[in-house]
Amino acid sequence: MFLLLVLIPLFLVLLLNLNLYKVNYKIAVLIAGLFSLFQMFFIFSPNFFSTGLVDLLSLRFECDGISWIMLFSIAIVSFAAICVLYASETIASGKKFHFVNLVLLALAGMNGLVFVRDIFSIYVFIEIIAATSYVLIALDKTKKSLEASFKYLVISSVATVMMLSAVAILFMAAGSTDFIKVAQMYKEYGANPLIVVASVFFIVGLFIKGGVMPFHGWLPDAYSASPNPTSVFLAGIVTKTTGIYTLVRLYAIFDFNYSMQLVFLVFGSLSIVIAAIGAINQDNFKRMLAYSSISQVGYIVLAFGSGTILGVFAGMFHLFNHSVFKSLLFVNASALESRVNTNQIHNMSGLASRMPVTSTTSVIAFLSTAGIPPLAGFWSKLLIVLALWFSGNKEFAVLALLASIFTLTYFLIMQKKIFFGQLKEKFNTIKEARFTIRLASLFLCAITILTGLFFPIILNFMAFLFSF
Amino acid sequence: MENLYIHIFLLALIVIISVFAVSHYRIIRGAILLGAVSFLVSISLFMLKAPIAAMFELSVCTGLITVIFISVISLTNPVYAGQKKINEMSMVKKIIILFLIVAVCGFFIYLFDEKNINWIPVMNDAQKTVTTKDSLWNLRHVDLIGQALILLTGIFAVVVLFKKGKEEK
Repeated sequence: MFLLLVLIPLFLVLLLNLNLYKVNYKIAVLIAGLFSLFQMFFIFSPNFFSTGLVDLLSLRFECDGISWIMLFSIAIVSFAAICVLYASETIASGKKFHFVNLVLLALAGMNGLVFVRDIFSIYVFIEIIAATSYVLIALDKTKKSLEASFKYLVISSVATVMMLSAVAILFMAAGSTDFIKVAQMYKEYGANPLIVVASVFFIVGLFIKGGVMPFHGWLPDAYSASPNPTSVFLAGIVTKTTGIYTLVRLYAIFDFNYSMQLVFLVFGSLSIVIAAIGAINQDNFKRMLAYSSISQVGYIVLAFGSGTILGVFAGMFHLFNHSVFKSLLFVNASALESRVNTNQIHNMSGLASRMPVTSTTSVIAFLSTAGIPPLAGFWSKLLIVLALWFSGNKEFAVLALLASIFTLTYFLIMQKKIFFGQLKEKFNTIKEARFTIRLASLFLCAITILTGLFFPIILNFMAFLFSF
Repeated sequence: MENLYIHIFLLALIVIISVFAVSHYRIIRGAILLGAVSFLVSISLFMLKAPIAAMFELSVCTGLITVIFISVISLTNPVYAGQKKINEMSMVKKIIILFLIVAVCGFFIYLFDEKNINWIPVMNDAQKTVTTKDSLWNLRHVDLIGQALILLTGIFAVVVLFKKGKEEK
């Protein structure tokens, strides 16, 4: 049944564009929003994991616990992005319609990516997501957004070439691109220099897609220059699916020896520390969130570097939490921009009294990002530190703990400058953001709080998902 | 060994023509050069004993795509004079950089050749006898869905980026 999550969005795109009935952007937005909600609940269906349709079409698709976590994250973030799109006053109605189509295509691509078990198919689906992202970033065709999109296109092309070269080498060695055959080949020839080159190429390609330092050049521009719904979508799930999720899949195939783990540990640490320092100096709210995103992705990569199942588990849990609280912060950035018409932090002050929902949810999101108990981010960071500690990488565990202070610092600065302090006179008349943006904020905030409060139940459920 | 040098020569030629294709100020010539690149790739694939891939590269990329590119570009405006000047000025730099790229690639190939690296075995015989039907459908079902998705994305990319909406007009 899970194949429906790839086929339905594809069918919806065709249906919306067949001109059988005059469809305006509101209907399109409603359809996309409903599909996100459908995905959110459909994955709980008892028949969800049945492979009847996949077997019928003889497709090499599989769905396991890790796929399930990704599908849930994808649905949540897509719903939030659609809510922000509906409320956006700067995007023309025609473009909102195209946005919905592109999001549905990206959804089909991301859902497909989490099901495939073939390294070439992984490459194909990553490219679908990348292609939709280029267009989504450039949607409003301003100079900045076009520049950001072009930058992403160029840097992403390097990643594409590297991944495709890696796929070619692995195919040459294994005689197939299927996960099982490639994994068997790794057992036999894992230490061969050419195979090591292929592994490095693939991992660097994924680091570029995931925005891991020092391959992050495209990310701050893409997140800050793109239209608000695109920022939510990109930061919330796109980079996590293409870059980080794929790393988890390859983790099971590649021969991850200690030197490979060290690469993860070093690049993860670099991302955490340097991006956190970079975030402190940013005056553009969305740019600051972009650096924060790089820093949090660093935590996930660091967790994988522990080389243990607990590390992968912690990384996946942090990926889910990060998707939620980073989307929430970008939704709040959209709320602010829609009311004060700027992203520059120095132009804002004392907005908490005028925008209480945005202010409160923002505090929850940044406390979760910084790893303050009992919110969701605390538990995932705790698991990451424990995974590093028990795997003997104590120095990296300490670094992960200390880096949280940086996170807390830049978010406190942001919160103080934007929401607290004296309200500027020009903001006396502004109101809270539109209903759908508030809905998205409260929805994501509720997930962050509930995941933290009911952590023992979530932990058991995730352990169950990881068991198959 | 002789085959290896022909491959290296073809690859170098592909790199050089590709760079010229993407940096040429006349888009129509760029499209023709891209067609030439596809043609060289087809030769390379034939030599690598991958006739199905070579056939598709030749018919689709060299033939169909080039024709589509040229037809579309013919309907657009020519480049402005300033752009032509900028491109002409950087031609010497381009050639120097290209020679450097080819030299560096050649050096690395020489190094690999000298070090006698234990190359891994190439794919088994079963993989060499795949039919067109196998390669198009039986082996890559999933990618057909991917191709449909990327085709639709391409259409929306053109509509969003190149078509002017009511508000823009």
